[in-house]
Amino acid sequence: MKYRDYYEIMGIERDATQDEVKRAYRKLARKYHPDVSKEKEAEVRFKEVGEAYAVLRDPEKRAAYDQLGPNWEAGQDFRPPPGWDAGFEFSGEGGQADASAYSEFFDSLFGRGFRSAQTGRPGSGFRARGEDHHAKVLIDLVDAYQGATRSVTLRTPEFDDSGHVITKERSLNVKIPKGVAQGQRIRLTGQGAPGIGGGPAGDLYLEIEFRPHSFFKVDGRDIYLDLPVAPWELALGATVKVPTPGGPVDLKIPAGTAGDQKLRLKKRGIPGTPDGDLYVVPKISLAPADTDKAKALYLRMKEELHYNPRSKLGV
Amino acid sequence: MNERTLTGLLLDEIELTSIDMSHACSVSVEQIVELVAEGVLEPVGGDPQEWRFRGTSLTRARTAIRLQRDLGVNLAGVALALELLDEIDQLRGRLRRAEGAARGLP
Repeated sequence: MKYRDYYEIMGIERDATQDEVKRAYRKLARKYHPDVSKEKEAEVRFKEVGEAYAVLRDPEKRAAYDQLGPNWEAGQDFRPPPGWDAGFEFSGEGGQADASAYSEFFDSLFGRGFRSAQTGRPGSGFRARGEDHHAKVLIDLVDAYQGATRSVTLRTPEFDDSGHVITKERSLNVKIPKGVAQGQRIRLTGQGAPGIGGGPAGDLYLEIEFRPHSFFKVDGRDIYLDLPVAPWELALGATVKVPTPGGPVDLKIPAGTAGDQKLRLKKRGIPGTPDGDLYVVPKISLAPADTDKAKALYLRMKEELHYNPRSKLGV
Repeated sequence: MNERTLTGLLLDEIELTSIDMSHACSVSVEQIVELVAEGVLEPVGGDPQEWRFRGTSLTRARTAIRLQRDLGVNLAGVALALELLDEIDQLRGRLRRAEGAARGLP
C-alpha cells in the first residue's frame, strides 16, 4: 500500500487553517469535477481530492493523519504503525462519496470506524426499499443499429461482517433495443440493491455509451463519415461504395461536388423516431505521383488546366 | 452468474414520476420539487404527484445534485452552471464540425 500525501494533493502547507483547506478543496473540486471538467484524468483527480478533503476537513481524522508524521513521501510503501490511532475517536461523519471511492491507504487508516457508521441501522422491523443503482454500458454502433444482447458486469461494493469493503461482481445479460442513442438510459426494475427487512429491491439504470468507432462519428442519431475520394470522382461525378453500419451502399456523387460538402443519406443513421441520417463528407485523397506515367498525367493537368486553387486569396 | 436475458425499459419510452426520480437520484422528493421550482427540471403535468419526467431529466437531475453536493453550489448556481454547460456542449459540437471542415483545406 502506498502512502498518500493529502497536503500535497490539496496543494497546501501542513499548517493550513481549516478555512484554507476548504478553499483549496472548493477550487480543486471545481477544476476536476467530472461533470464540468475536461481535464485529463479529471475523475481520478477528483476522487483523490475528495479523499484528501474527507480527512483534512475533519479535525479528528486530520489530527490522526498528522500524527503519522511529516516524513512520509507520497507513493512510499506504507503500513500503519501498530496502535497508531490509539486515543482517537472517529465519529464517522461525512461519507459523501460512495464507499468504493477511497484508496486502500484511506481504508487502512479510517476504514472500520468510518464504515461502521455507514452500515448502520440494525434494529428489527426496519424495512426499506433498496437503493437504485446506475452503471454505464459500452456498446458498439452496430448494436444500436440492429439491437443486441450484451453482457454487463457490475461491481458493487458491499460491507462484510467486519465492516470491510468487498467488491461483489455479478453479470447480467441485457437486451439493447434497436435505436438507442448515446446517453439514453435503460431501466431494469428490481435489479438495484436488495431491499432491507423485506422491502422491495431498487432499480438498475444503465446508461448507454458508444465505444468509439474507427470511422463513424455519432452525433445523436446522426452518423458522420469522412469518405476518401479521388479528385476525378468529385470533378466528374461517380457512384462509389460507402460503408454504413447496416452494410455498404452505393452513393452517387454529383459531378462538381466540392470536398467537405456534406452529402446526406436519409434515414441511414441510427433508427428511431425520427430516424437518424448518415452524413458523408468527401475528403480528397491524392493519387501518388510515383510512376513516370502518373507524373506525366499530373504534368499534363498542370499544363492544360491552368488552375489556380488560390485565386480567391488574391494571389 | 445470471444467464437470463433481461429486457429493460428505455427511458423516453417510459416517463418517470417524482418518486422514481427521488429513488434514482437518492434524494428526497422535496429536493426534486426544488429542482423543478428552480427551472432545472421541466416535467409535464400540474402537481408533483402528476409530474412526468423524460430520460434527459434524470441525467440533468443527477448532475445538479452532484454539483450541489460536491461544490457547495446553491440551486440558482446549479441552474446557471447547467445552462452554461449546455452552451459549452453546443459550442464544442460546432467547433468539432468546423474543425472537421477545416481539415480539408490546404
